[in-house]
Amino acid sequence: MATVIVPTPLRKFTNNTARLEVKANTVLETVQELAFHFPDLQKHLLDEKGQIRSYLNIFVGSEDIRDLQQEHTIIKPDSLVSIVPAIAGGSHF
Amino acid sequence: MIWIESNPQKGMNEDAINRFPDECCGFFFGQEAPDGRRIITDWLSAKNAKTGDKTRRFEIAAQDYMRAEEYAMQNELLLLGIYHSHPKHPAVPSEHDRLAAQPYFSYVIISVTQEGKTTFRSWRLNDESQFEEEKISEPQNV
Repeated sequence: MATVIVPTPLRKFTNNTARLEVKANTVLETVQELAFHFPDLQKHLLDEKGQIRSYLNIFVGSEDIRDLQQEHTIIKPDSLVSIVPAIAGGSHF
Repeated sequence: MIWIESNPQKGMNEDAINRFPDECCGFFFGQEAPDGRRIITDWLSAKNAKTGDKTRRFEIAAQDYMRAEEYAMQNELLLLGIYHSHPKHPAVPSEHDRLAAQPYFSYVIISVTQEGKTTFRSWRLNDESQFEEEKISEPQNV
């Protein structure tokens, strides 16, 4: 089973668990599996179309999935998947 | 309610002044009491990775975010939030701040003037994804 690192702001939706074991073949399946087991997490991970939200970065090991096969990136049993929220803002809209 | 110890307060304050007119940004760490009160004991400055106008926007690279999570784990602290400055603007979140904000995190905004005068205010998202001000307390009230 692959290991998923849950970022601090989303841990209140995973019973304060930072690392979760997930059985999945791709990044999208991994995220969908998390959303299934933790329904309150769903709106923070997936948009209305069931796609991974654009303000989330997903890393497999040290690689950004944007540099791999996006949400179709293959997950192996020993993969370490990190969910990383985009941090941004500023004084003007 | 949130209390910022003097060291992180001084560090974040200097960061806002030294990086003026650009927006500074970074992380802060500490502990949370069972009733939700937060004590900030440590901080880490981060590079403003925004391409383009850094005087009105900030962005923190994903790698820096992951380092902050690791720092919290290694030091047995909680990553409690993000700080950034609003040069020549009030310490009030913009709509851009709100749209990019995460649940749980405290967002400390530091207003900084041309003369180097700073004002700290802290904000958190409520369940309706709207910002509510979080009182920055005097130490004896924590």
